[in-house]
Amino acid sequence: MSAVDIRQGDELRELYRELILDHARNPRHFRKIEGATHTAEGINPLCGDKLKLYVRLNDDDVITEAAFEGSGCAISVASASLLTDLVTGLSRSQALDCFGEITARLTQADNHKSRDIGVNLDKLRALDGVREYPSRVKCATLAWHALNSAVQGHNKTVSTE
Amino acid sequence: MSQAQPNELAAIESYRDDFPVLQQEVNGHPLVYLDSAASAQQPDVVIDTVARYQRHDHANVHRGVHTLSHRATEAYEGARDKIQSFINAASRAEIVLTSGATESINLVAQSFCRPRLQSGDQVLITHMEHHSNIVPWQLVCEQTGAELLVAPIDAGGALEYGAFESLLSDRTRMIAIAHVSNALGSINPVEDIIALARARDIPVLLDGAQGVPHMSIDVRSIDCDFYAFSGHKAFGPTGTGVLYGREALLDAMPPYQGGGDMILEVSFDGTIYNDLPYKFEAGTPNIGGVIGLGAAVEYLESIGMQRIAAHEQSLLEYMIQALGDIEGVRLIGTAKNKASVQSFLVDDIHPHDLGTILDHQGVAIRTGHHCAMPVMDFYGVPGTARASLGLYNNRDDIDRLTSAILKARKIFS
Repeated sequence: MSAVDIRQGDELRELYRELILDHARNPRHFRKIEGATHTAEGINPLCGDKLKLYVRLNDDDVITEAAFEGSGCAISVASASLLTDLVTGLSRSQALDCFGEITARLTQADNHKSRDIGVNLDKLRALDGVREYPSRVKCATLAWHALNSAVQGHNKTVSTE
Repeated sequence: MSQAQPNELAAIESYRDDFPVLQQEVNGHPLVYLDSAASAQQPDVVIDTVARYQRHDHANVHRGVHTLSHRATEAYEGARDKIQSFINAASRAEIVLTSGATESINLVAQSFCRPRLQSGDQVLITHMEHHSNIVPWQLVCEQTGAELLVAPIDAGGALEYGAFESLLSDRTRMIAIAHVSNALGSINPVEDIIALARARDIPVLLDGAQGVPHMSIDVRSIDCDFYAFSGHKAFGPTGTGVLYGREALLDAMPPYQGGGDMILEVSFDGTIYNDLPYKFEAGTPNIGGVIGLGAAVEYLESIGMQRIAAHEQSLLEYMIQALGDIEGVRLIGTAKNKASVQSFLVDDIHPHDLGTILDHQGVAIRTGHHCAMPVMDFYGVPGTARASLGLYNNRDDIDRLTSAILKARKIFS
């Protein structure tokens, strides 16, 4: 049996960065929000990821609270955890801008030109590793699609398939 | 542990060279293909046979007097004969060519069962079935008011035979059961089940999608009424499949689909259906694919299914041992009588993450629910990782699998 070999700069380490593994192991805001103003479910039938996103918007259309529950792979859980960290305090339109920017960045690979939407998305760079793994992009964008559906008021289940 | 003689081991392992797809690197590593239960790779002889047909002989079958049509028909019907011999059916009329095991099962549900089922009747399946041996029965039960009963499995994934027997009643109209479970590898005691069914005059369909590629199948000695399987899991092309059915039963069934080829005479006053098996083969079939499947079963016969089964059994034991020796690995599906597949979980690593990490090391396995969601519910998991064997696998493949799992554990440690 060959020895276990983890080199520096390993592509797998790009995908499973420490930040991702940390959020997957200890997801932030992992709970239900009682009385959430907006919710949506996201499912990925391919791998069985299933999560429910809760958002509370105040009268000024600002997200005062975001949380999620469910189960999934490390990428989808970490992505949802990062999302709930990031969108708290954003306006509805800023959150939608984030959705557009992140999904474009992860799905359009090399030719995507970042747009300044006035929100610091640096932390989400940790998800960029999935661009090398087409079958995993849906895992990373699942929570964002759920956010889009929730804050648009659709309150419906989004599916990656 | 069964141990092949060194000469036999070298001989059986040499067949790997017949599979061109395996001679490549994936993500910088020689490919280790452990996903044959999803779809098996094709040997040169299948690929070449299909290509030769497409290049030289293609035309529609069963019509036209020109030379190519004759050649295509002969090759297509020749494949049917090879399949008949391969599973030892009594007559070529009993070999219905379909698009896959799924269509074969739907055909039986709709054409055989639907006219016979009434409200209060029962169809019996098991908890380990693939969706393709669940949903067609749900559909026909909805259509007729019949009830679908599900026989339980035990913690190891074996059928609970006593419970199965106790579910049989004078209202049971059909038994449909996997020969081998695709998610768990459990081999069902089909001879015993059929003996129970015979005594009660209940017809039995076996879903043989995971049986045919791994063991010698003799439908007359098994004594089933229907046997369904897919070509692409038996080293043939996708879009091909077989329904074996007893001639008397097929003869009494109405057609499944209407169209060309399944008729003798059509007028607006009425249509006379074609003879068996053509009555069930409406429209132009997958001619090239079926000819390729004929080449595949001929190839399997040339090796010998007994030898393939012995080789895979020895490999399966080696794989179970190797996986079981890894700290943090939980084996799912530990029935005593098993074939060709092992599902497992590693620590709390999600199967999808495991699949990606293994793929990165050139090791292809299946991850997810394996089209058997009730099995996943039974074990309380969203999915599993599954390594499945084909005749071309060897111990090096298993060693590569285990070292790739160790790397995944290290990344997630």
